[in-house]
Amino acid sequence: MSRLPEGGRIDRSRPIRFTFNGHTYQGCAGDTLASALLANDVRIVARSVTYGRPRGVFSAGSEEPNALVQVGSETMLRATQVELDDGLEAASLNGKGRLTSEPETARFDKIYAHCEVLVVGGGPAGRSAAQSAAQTGDRVILMDEQPLLNSDSDGLPSNVRVLLRTTAFGLYDQNLVLAAERRADGGRLWQIRARQVVLATGAHERPLVFANNDRPGILLAGAVRTYLNRYGVAPGTRGVVFTNNDTTAPLASDLRSAGIAVAAIIDIRREQAIVDTDGDDDGLRAVTLAGGDRIECDLLCVSGGFNPTDHLYSQAQGKLRYDERFACFRPDGKLPNVTVLGAANGEFDFAIQPCWLVPGTNGDWSAHFVDLERDVTVADMQRAVNAGMRSIEHVKRFTTIGTGSDQGKTSGINEVGLVGALTGQPIGGVGTTTYRPPYVPVSFALMAGRNRGDLFDPIRLTSIQPWHVAHGAVFENVGQWKRPWYFPRHDEDMEGAVQRECRAARENVAIMDVSTLGKIDIQGPDAVEFLNRIYTNAFDTLKVGFGRYGLMCKADGMVFDDGVVMHLGPDHWLATTTTGGAAAVLDWMEEWLQTEWPELTVRLTSVTDHWSAVAVVGPQSRDVVHTLFPAIAVDTQSFPFMAIREGETGGIPVRLHRITFSGELAYELWTPSWYGLALWEAVMAAGQPLGITPYGTEAMHVLRAEKGYIICGQETDGTVTPQDLGMGWIVSKKKPFIGQRSHRRGDTRRADRKHLVGLLPVDGEQLLPEGAQLVLDENTSAAVTMIGHVTSSYRSATLGRTFALGMLQRGRERFGTTVYVPLNGHVVAATVTEPIFYDRENVRRDS
Amino acid sequence: MLIPCPWCGDREDIEFKYGGAAQIAYPANPDSADDAAWARYVFFRPNPKGKMAERWVHSAGCRRWFNLVRDTVTHEITPTPAAEERR
Ligand SMILES: [Zn+2]
Repeated sequence: MSRLPEGGRIDRSRPIRFTFNGHTYQGCAGDTLASALLANDVRIVARSVTYGRPRGVFSAGSEEPNALVQVGSETMLRATQVELDDGLEAASLNGKGRLTSEPETARFDKIYAHCEVLVVGGGPAGRSAAQSAAQTGDRVILMDEQPLLNSDSDGLPSNVRVLLRTTAFGLYDQNLVLAAERRADGGRLWQIRARQVVLATGAHERPLVFANNDRPGILLAGAVRTYLNRYGVAPGTRGVVFTNNDTTAPLASDLRSAGIAVAAIIDIRREQAIVDTDGDDDGLRAVTLAGGDRIECDLLCVSGGFNPTDHLYSQAQGKLRYDERFACFRPDGKLPNVTVLGAANGEFDFAIQPCWLVPGTNGDWSAHFVDLERDVTVADMQRAVNAGMRSIEHVKRFTTIGTGSDQGKTSGINEVGLVGALTGQPIGGVGTTTYRPPYVPVSFALMAGRNRGDLFDPIRLTSIQPWHVAHGAVFENVGQWKRPWYFPRHDEDMEGAVQRECRAARENVAIMDVSTLGKIDIQGPDAVEFLNRIYTNAFDTLKVGFGRYGLMCKADGMVFDDGVVMHLGPDHWLATTTTGGAAAVLDWMEEWLQTEWPELTVRLTSVTDHWSAVAVVGPQSRDVVHTLFPAIAVDTQSFPFMAIREGETGGIPVRLHRITFSGELAYELWTPSWYGLALWEAVMAAGQPLGITPYGTEAMHVLRAEKGYIICGQETDGTVTPQDLGMGWIVSKKKPFIGQRSHRRGDTRRADRKHLVGLLPVDGEQLLPEGAQLVLDENTSAAVTMIGHVTSSYRSATLGRTFALGMLQRGRERFGTTVYVPLNGHVVAATVTEPIFYDRENVRRDS
Repeated sequence: MLIPCPWCGDREDIEFKYGGAAQIAYPANPDSADDAAWARYVFFRPNPKGKMAERWVHSAGCRRWFNLVRDTVTHEITPTPAAEERR
C-alpha cells in the first residue's frame, strides 16, 4: 500500500471498496479512481491506442491523457475525475471507448440559470473574484470541476451559488456558458447566461519531450504534489525530478516528507537532461542522464512549464499571444464582458528555460511521445514537416495530434514549440490550433437529458386519438402529429387494409379524422384584399357561406401551400393549410402583413387545435349526414359543392362543409375540439347500418392521387409553378398576387419545364418507388439523362393496378408515350398519361 | 444567441425564425420591372462578412416581424429603429 499514514483531504474513516479490471481494491472517501489505484500500487491503468504501450496515471485532473477507463455504461472517463464510490466497477480502456448496446439508465437533466457574474474556477483567483462581485448584491455563480474548493468555501456570501463537480465546457455568444455537472446517478447540463464571465481556470502543466517519456511512473510534477498532499498517496518510492523551471522547487521536500527518496533533480537550466528511461511490465525502473549515468527510480516528476487554460476564452474568439518570459500563450486584448484572471491570464511568477525537445542517445525519435492519448511522437511530427506541413493546423491533421478526447491539453503547446523548432519559425508565429467546444468530453446522454423516447419531441394528438388507439390504428408521424395511417382488421396487412378502406370510400361511406389540417382564422375589413394578394386566385367574388380552394406561391412563383378558404361572415374568413405547413404559412402571412402591407387591417389567429374535423366520404355519405342533421336539406341543389351550413346533432355544434379530397360526394364536419370525439362517435353510430369504414392517411393519399389532386411538398418541392402542375386555371390574370411577376420570367415559361403527369407501369403489378428517376432510353448501361421523377405511387383497388404521379420534362407533350424507370438492376417501362385516373368528368362529387 | 425582440426583450434564438435579408422592399410595380430587375429582387441577397440587416420573426412569442443588424462574424446585434425600417 502506498497510502501515507496521514495527511490529505480524504476520509480514512470511510473505506470504499471498488473493482478495477475485476480485482477488488479499497480506497477512501475523497479519493478519485486514480488516487485509489496509486494507493493500491496499480501502476498500469490502460494501454495506448496505437502501440499498446502500458500507461499509468499522468495528471490529477481533466487534462489526463493516459488513464482512460470505462465505468458501467459510461465510457472514456478519466480515472483522475472519477470519484470513488462504493461498489464502483471500472475497467481499462485501450485508447478507444466502448459503447454499450443497453439503453442508458442514468438520469440526466438540464437546468437553466441566469446571473450577473459567473466565475469559472474555484482557486484563489476565482474565489476572490466571486467574493468581491458578491459585495454589490449581484447574483454570482462560482463553479469548479473538483468536488471541493481548493480554498475553503465557508464564508462566501449567500448570493454566491457554488457549483462543484461542474466543468464549464463551452463559452458561446453573449456569454452563454454550458457546463457539465457530474452527479452520483448521472449528470446535469447547465445552461447559464451571465452578464459577466470571469475565467479563473488556472493553468495546465506541460511535460517534457524525451525518449520513452510515457512509462507508468512518469507523472507531471504538480500532479505528484497533488497526490501527496491532497490524497495522501505516494505514487512511488524513489523519485527523480526533471524540470526546466522553478515551480518544482517545493517538490523535493514534499517527496521527502512522504518518505520518498529523492534520487536526483535534473534541471535543464543547469545543462542536465534525462535522455532515456528503462522500465519493465510494471512501468519505470530507471532513467539515463545525458553523459550516460543511470539512476534507479520508480517515479519521475516532470515539468516543462505551464499553459494558461484559455480554452473557453479562445472558443469565444479571444486572441492569444506568446509570452517569452513564461514560455506560454496568454490572452491578448479583451473580450466584451469576459475577464481572465490569475494563471489563466498568464499571471505567473517563476523562471523557466523553454525546452521543446530533449534529444535521445541514438537519433531515434519514435519513442519521444508528444501526445500520449493519440500516441503521436516526434518522429510523426518530423514526417509531417518533411512532407511540407508548416501550419500548425496541417501538422495537427497530418499527425492527429491534439485530436484525442483530451483535446491535447498536455500536448498542444509542446506541439507548437516542436513545429517551431522543426521548421525554424518563432513560436509566436506558429500560433495555436483553434480551441473548440467542448473543453471536456460530454456524453450524448447529457446533451439529450430527458429529451429521449416519448419526450424527444412534442407529440400532437387530435381529440379523436383515443378512438383510433382503441380501434387498432397504425399511426404515422406527420410533423409532430400522430395520424392514423390505416386501420387493419384482424390479420390484414397494410395493403389489404388500404385497398378495403379505398373501396369503402368509393363505393359506400368512409370516415377520416382530418383535424390536423392547419387552420388560420382571418378577420378584418381588409381580409378579402389580403387573401387576393396572398393566393393566386381571387376571393372577392366568394359569398359568405361558401369555401374555395386556393393556391399560394412564393415571390419566385413556385407553389408554397394550398387549402380551402372559407367565407364565414362579413370580414371573417378561415383558411386551411397543409398539416405540415400551418406554422410556415402563418409566419409568411404575418410577414407580408407586418412588413409590406401595414395599411391592411387584418388579424390572423392560429385555430388549428381549436377545431376537430371529420371527413365523411362516399356515395352514401349524404345518408349519414342526413341522419345526423335532419333539419339540413342535403340534396345537391340545396347544399351545393363548397357550401357551408351550421348545424347541431345530439347537442354537438357542427359546421358542415361540402368539400372533397377524394372526388367522391363528401362532407367535412367541424366542431370545437372539445366535441371532436363525441362527433366522431356520433358519425360512426349513424353510419353503422351502412358499414361506415374508418380510413387513414394512406387511403387518403391513394384516393386523391387517383383524382390527380396534388399534395404540396410531395408533388411540389419549391421548384414547381402552378402552370407546371397544369393548374393554370387557378392563376388569376385580373388581380396582383405574390409570385405573379415570376410567372412571366423566361425560366418559368420554358417549354421544357417539368410537368405533372400520370404514370402507368406497363406491368400493372409493378409499384414504382417514389423518388425514382425517369429516363427516355431503355438502355441504361451508359449514362442517361434524367428527365423527371416519380412523386407519388400507389396500388389502386379502383383501377385494379398500380399507378403513379410524377414530374416529367415536357410532360404534357408526352401523353401516350413510354418512359423508363431504372430500378436496382432492371428497367421498368411506364406509359405517360394525363394526371387523372378516375372520374375525369368530376360527376361523383355531386352524385 | 440572444435576440432582442422589440416587443418582448432579449429571448433565446430558438423562439425565432430567420427571415433573410431585410430592407429589400417589394417592388412598387412588379409588372413594370424587367426580368433582370425582378430577378434581382427575387434571388439576389447580400452575404456580407460583417454587419447585415436581417429580418426575424418571434414565432414562439409575440409573432411580430422586426429588423436588426447582426454582425455575421461576431454575432453582435444592433437593434434598428422599428418605425422606419419595418421592411
Ligand atoms: Zn416578441
